[in-house]
Amino acid sequence: MSPTAVHSLWTTAADPISKIDAPKIEYGQLSPTLIVISAAIVGVLVEAFVPRRSRYYAQVFVSVVALAAAFAAVVGLAAGGYATTKGHIAAMGAVAVDGPALFLQGVILLTGLVAVFTFAERRLDPEAHGNRVDSFAAQAASVPGSDSERAAVKAGFTTTEVFPLALFAIGGMLVFPAANDLLTLFVALEVFSLPLYLLCALARRKRIMSQEAAVKYFLLGAFASAFTLFGIALLYGYAGSVSYATIAQVVDGSVRTVDPALANTMGNDALLLIGGAMVVMGLLFKVGAVPFHMWTPDVYQGAPTPVTGFMAAATKVAAFGALLRLLYVVLPGLRWDWRPVMWAVAIVTMLGGAIVAITQTDIKRLLAYSSIAHAGFILAGVIAMNPDGISSVLFYLAAYSFVTLGAFAVVTLVRDAGGEATHLSKWAGLGRRSPLVAAVFAVFLLAFAGIPLTSGFAGKFAVFKAAAEGGATPLVVIGVISSAIAAFFYIRVIVLMFFSEPRPEGPTVAVPSPLTSTAIALGVAVTLVLGLAPQYFLDLAGQAGVFVR
Amino acid sequence: MSFPLLTATAALPAVGAVATAAVPAAKRTAAKWLALLVSLATLVLAGLVLARFEPGGDRYQLTESHSWIKAFGVRYELGVDGIAVALLALTALLIPFVILAGWHDADPLETNSSRWRPTQGFFALILAVEAMVILSFEATDVFLFYILFEAMLIPMYFLIGGFGDRAHAGSDEKAAAQRSYAAVKFLLYNLVGGLIMLAAVIGLYVVAGNFSLQEIAQARADGSLSMATGTERWLFLGFFFAFAVKAPLWPLHTWLPNAMGEATAPVAVLITAVVDKVGTFAMLRFCLQLFPGASRWATPVIMVLALISIVYGALLAVGQRDIKRLVAYASISHFGFIILGIFAMTSQGQSGATLYMVNHGISTAALMLVAGFLISRRGSRLIADYGGVQKVAPVLAGTFLVGGLATLSLPGLAPFISEFLVLVGTFTRYPVLGVIATFGIVLAALYTLVLYQRTMTGPVKAEVSAMPDLKVRELVVVAPLIALLIFLGVYPKPLTNIVNPAVQHTMSDVQKKDPKPAVEAAQ
Repeated sequence: MSPTAVHSLWTTAADPISKIDAPKIEYGQLSPTLIVISAAIVGVLVEAFVPRRSRYYAQVFVSVVALAAAFAAVVGLAAGGYATTKGHIAAMGAVAVDGPALFLQGVILLTGLVAVFTFAERRLDPEAHGNRVDSFAAQAASVPGSDSERAAVKAGFTTTEVFPLALFAIGGMLVFPAANDLLTLFVALEVFSLPLYLLCALARRKRIMSQEAAVKYFLLGAFASAFTLFGIALLYGYAGSVSYATIAQVVDGSVRTVDPALANTMGNDALLLIGGAMVVMGLLFKVGAVPFHMWTPDVYQGAPTPVTGFMAAATKVAAFGALLRLLYVVLPGLRWDWRPVMWAVAIVTMLGGAIVAITQTDIKRLLAYSSIAHAGFILAGVIAMNPDGISSVLFYLAAYSFVTLGAFAVVTLVRDAGGEATHLSKWAGLGRRSPLVAAVFAVFLLAFAGIPLTSGFAGKFAVFKAAAEGGATPLVVIGVISSAIAAFFYIRVIVLMFFSEPRPEGPTVAVPSPLTSTAIALGVAVTLVLGLAPQYFLDLAGQAGVFVR
Repeated sequence: MSFPLLTATAALPAVGAVATAAVPAAKRTAAKWLALLVSLATLVLAGLVLARFEPGGDRYQLTESHSWIKAFGVRYELGVDGIAVALLALTALLIPFVILAGWHDADPLETNSSRWRPTQGFFALILAVEAMVILSFEATDVFLFYILFEAMLIPMYFLIGGFGDRAHAGSDEKAAAQRSYAAVKFLLYNLVGGLIMLAAVIGLYVVAGNFSLQEIAQARADGSLSMATGTERWLFLGFFFAFAVKAPLWPLHTWLPNAMGEATAPVAVLITAVVDKVGTFAMLRFCLQLFPGASRWATPVIMVLALISIVYGALLAVGQRDIKRLVAYASISHFGFIILGIFAMTSQGQSGATLYMVNHGISTAALMLVAGFLISRRGSRLIADYGGVQKVAPVLAGTFLVGGLATLSLPGLAPFISEFLVLVGTFTRYPVLGVIATFGIVLAALYTLVLYQRTMTGPVKAEVSAMPDLKVRELVVVAPLIALLIFLGVYPKPLTNIVNPAVQHTMSDVQKKDPKPAVEAAQ
């Protein structure tokens, strides 16, 4: 072989290597996520290197600063026009930076910030051996009731890992509604789910119940993740790509170049239908829609209440964001297939959540079922398939998450000797004993019930209006009926608080630190502002309601 | 921009409610006086509205319009027609009497309870209800009206459930349970009605694209907005259902006797004389204007239901053993008359119905408040526990009698005129229904006179023998109401002048003309 031939072999061999582009990452546009994730890593380092007594302060500081900075970044991006005209797809097609993504990221960051306040609360539980403690186990690794647990409590340990865990979860949640290909979607799903499973297991009181909740959540969540992953594989098999845009083109037949392999598979509707259904199923599991809701009451009840509030608010926001993008960007060509199914899901979710909630006797389980009913209402907006549908869902999520955070924050205040007094009978006469706390909780309940002048009404009206405009009038009627059913149990709690005689051995209301007070006050403020003057936020949601393709 | 008088009339009690609630716990009496002064100031503002309103002028006057929630096409639009002005004045008039009558209803049971707050809450809630009711009479935006219609349930609910008769207050658990049951029943009935209306409100938006009553009614009248017959009927039913629960119309009435029976007398007056009027008012303003075709279509059924309400309510009133429940059933009968008058679709019927709303408010307030004074003296609501009161407390018995006579529409007292107009209006179009409705009057005479006879006449019962007569505060409450009943009974012209032009507008909305008198038709 001649030297030239060898050289030409060498050069041709080298040629493709030079063609591989370095990935182009738009760091500025991804900054919210990057800030949160790096702060989480810093949090892990804090756990490793900072002395135990300063960890709490360091962690709270890092979390709050990171979330505030990330929120500022989101606002900056939105102000820079990325939410409207400059919306585009960043990170080589993996992440969308557009209105819905930025709006939901903003909501997630704010709820995350408020949730961190409730995580950091250390005045509710009585001091243990002279140390102020929070809602989390002294040492997660020690067996409940064992000597090592007692030693950990005595030494004043606290699980400050919850802050980096929450930050990791928030990081995943930020990517979830922005994910623009199926793999990113799945990675984000796992990134935010795994820390949540852990957080659920960390309750200081009723640890067995908390761990049981975590195991249930983990097993069912893993199951749902597996379904999602299988669905992703099938969709890839169908379209030959995991990118949202490409799949959408293949679904509606507008794909430009059809190679033989794709021509073979794209006729196979079974791959598309089963794959799409499985991915949607995974997302419905995360939003807690019937029939994928079984985990909700147990997990909500068992998890430490601040975590429950965070999970109920932020997970729902992230998951509905991802569901919206999937249905509106990837599968709009398939809407004649998925709409009837989603109709059915929305109907059973609304009715199921509302009816089963009536029989609940535990306030956390009650709120869990109420969250299921709310998922149904939001689904009604998702089904609308019109611009109003997107913006109404965005608005509803923002309104709902603050009501939820506030409500669970109030739940942390009502305590007796065994910790939080979550059994409803213990709430009897709370209005006589602590009128302010009861009144605040009543405001949240009225917002859940969708009484006018609260954010709940504005949100409900928005989604029902979108649904009616989208031709889903029967859904609106059923939604209204289940609202009426739901109103019954919210009112039952109000009756209990205000019109029942307090029990002598009833719970007391702990005086919270400014942290929880801020969380509750923010919840009330947002509830009333969005109820009385929702215009600005509806506009915001309306402007943000366009997906980039 | 002129002074927003209508907003001010509603805003004043709202601000007053917040201020009253904020009065420190120990200064209970100051809170009461504050509430009373606010309600009197509101009455002055209502008087200004009445003075500025020109009966022959535009249909909606003193209008205000501001952008509110653009995304839903919702505007903050106010305006009053004659009907609204009359009811607004009634509301503003009754609230000071309600406050004065309930002066001691929310006092602490133990005198030394310095942290007792419900007193402030009671009066703040009354003012909150007043604010919302007034604003709902003024709202010409369907969405704004809906919001108020629903939101006023919450303060009402706390008024019913939180404050019972003094005789039953405190540790009496059975009474507390009954009261809480009544409050929940009230709220659930009205909430379900309201939510069904919500579906119709959304439907209306989908069809019409905005919520402005005037714009939609205009578009309906000139034909630029046509609704499919089926759509119009469904929407009408959604609205009417909510109003029929509120009014209440048989068979949706069952919450009223519970609520009125368990609430204190002033709160019962608030329910039946003030809040329920929003229901009948809304039938006139919203059902007839927005859905004239469907209103005509539904008329026969509604007339029959109203007739059943009249007779059924009166019959059950005859059989009651509880004074407050008796008044409640009498009210159901009277609401039947109002609805009959509205849907008779004659101008006499509708102006009669409007007058009826006002007169029923005053007469029921008089009767119920005196009954409340009576009950607070003896501590029992049962008719059988009384007897011979007129010998012990003649003024109380006398005012009770006048209130009762007004309820049975004695000529010379205000309700007679309205009842007469409703019957005439009904008779010209539906003679048979008019005849049957007249039996309602006969039954009214029966239940009122029997009530009076059993409680006030006969031998003096032992428990009643030491009963004091009306105090000054109570006289101040009752005397003006009775004076007003007599005044409007002999000289109703100021009221009819205001109401009649508005009724003519409504009649033209539903494209109905009065039937010619039979004699003229024969010629």
